[in-house]
Amino acid sequence: MDKKTILKIANLAKIEIDDSKANEIKTNLEKILNLVDEMNQVDTDNIEPMSHPLNLKQYLRDDEVTENNKRDLFQENNKNTADGYYKVPKIID
Amino acid sequence: MEYKTLTEIKEAIHSKKLSSCEITKYYLEKIKKYNNKINAFITILENQALDKAKKIDDEIVKGNIKNLSGIPIAQKDIFCTKGIKTTCGSKMLENFISPYDATVIEKLENAGTIMLGKTNMDEFAMGSSNETSHFGDVKNPWNTNYVPGGSSGGSAACVAAGMSPCSTGTDTGGSIRQPASLTGICGIKPTYGRVSRYGMIAFASSLDQAGVFTRTAEDCAMLLNEISGYDSKDSTSSNEPVPNYLEECRKKFKPVKIGLPKEFLDGLEDSVRKIFDDAVLILEKSGCRIKEISLKTSKLGVSAYQVVAPAECSSNLSRFDGVRFGHRAKDVSTIDELYKKSRSEGFGNEVKRRILVGTYALSAGYYDAYYIKAQKIRNVISQEFREAFDEVDLIIGPTTPDSAFKIGEKLDDPIAMYLSDVFTVSTNLAGLPAISIPMGLKNELPIGLQIIGNHFDESKILSLSHHYQQITDWHSMMPNMETL
Repeated sequence: MDKKTILKIANLAKIEIDDSKANEIKTNLEKILNLVDEMNQVDTDNIEPMSHPLNLKQYLRDDEVTENNKRDLFQENNKNTADGYYKVPKIID
Repeated sequence: MEYKTLTEIKEAIHSKKLSSCEITKYYLEKIKKYNNKINAFITILENQALDKAKKIDDEIVKGNIKNLSGIPIAQKDIFCTKGIKTTCGSKMLENFISPYDATVIEKLENAGTIMLGKTNMDEFAMGSSNETSHFGDVKNPWNTNYVPGGSSGGSAACVAAGMSPCSTGTDTGGSIRQPASLTGICGIKPTYGRVSRYGMIAFASSLDQAGVFTRTAEDCAMLLNEISGYDSKDSTSSNEPVPNYLEECRKKFKPVKIGLPKEFLDGLEDSVRKIFDDAVLILEKSGCRIKEISLKTSKLGVSAYQVVAPAECSSNLSRFDGVRFGHRAKDVSTIDELYKKSRSEGFGNEVKRRILVGTYALSAGYYDAYYIKAQKIRNVISQEFREAFDEVDLIIGPTTPDSAFKIGEKLDDPIAMYLSDVFTVSTNLAGLPAISIPMGLKNELPIGLQIIGNHFDESKILSLSHHYQQITDWHSMMPNMETL
């Protein structure tokens, strides 16, 4: 893992990394990846990946409206709204 | 007057020896007295708690009494509470007022509980010491130089210190059991899907599970009865029938076959080993058969967890972008800058670290090597547990490799911090239920006994725990709050 990779990952994650901290972050991530690499001790060629701890059935509800529009309530958490919209910096010229 | 258990409080309220207002005031006084030293609460709801207590008392007079009428509770600040600040321990949500209640909150409120406040926690539940909270460290009531564990550190510390008789928590890799162990109380993480995750701010969705902290196993059962069950708002919640856990754990004890994984004892420090051996002896004397078993891949649980949890968190936390709610950076000129600055200012170091690890593990070219590999390890670990449960009813071990560590001791060493969850993470990966109950003191600091069950075997876990607590007294220990 090099500094370039760290900066690329940070950009994908939309997190700013201070240039002076990049090396410290790199060291910590490498330590974590070394710990993670211990998984390679186990041969898993014939093992299925498991994404869910139980073989639960996915229940589907009837397609009926259960919640009313509460936009005004939700927007109380945000000062940057106008006419029901969220305000953001200009995206298209 | 000194109240310890929910069972005692419930009895006193039902027999009208005690009003809801009296018991609420009693705990609010304790919070006032100790919270500045322990920092267990982010928000204290004094007026709201007293108003609700008054309503409950009026209801009781009318003869309307519910299962948990008048019982005070502290809620982890990860659960959304309508009209109340819900911070998740983060600057990102410092001013977030939730527009709705989590299902767990709704159920407990409807059962008659009194919410005393919202408890401190590691930021977004990422941490094992409660040091990553934006709202300051929580101190261990047994010794304030030590951590209470995490991420549900505030919920554990407030019960241990007697500021609340019970609290809620969440457990993704040990965040209920590890702090329960380090503060000398009971903490149960039910089977994945047993309790609804609706309104519980997501960290790693395939591992997260809500649970509770109390002083006794009986009290855990009382609360689990109320919060368990299928919820149409959480598609991963289970519709497996919910037994009456309280009745089940009070039934006459039948000795069980207990597995003791040798990997849980490898390299265990002598004094911890001695405390654990004493607990095992007590169980043997009760007629339980102890069988040595092997969970050889469980030691890789931390490695697999450090891929699965960050990967899921990097995805879940992408919703915090500064646009609709949460922290929003000022003076930005582009949308990209708005995202980056809001996230970089709003998240703390540990959260950023995990988002980066997760993003890396999911990025093109690394997905198979990390994420798929971790999911395969997860399957191997689950298979080992399945095979173990063919032979034994329950599995035991120490909850944590050691008692509490000092504040600051592991903060700059993420690996050391992650390894404090070595005995707890594999049950999350396998979705199994487990409890931590106090089993002794090492240098005046508590340490817990972990009891792991098969899927939906909470009753067996609670029954053994209750039995242990009838013949031992560790659960009655309390730190001396006067000498803090």
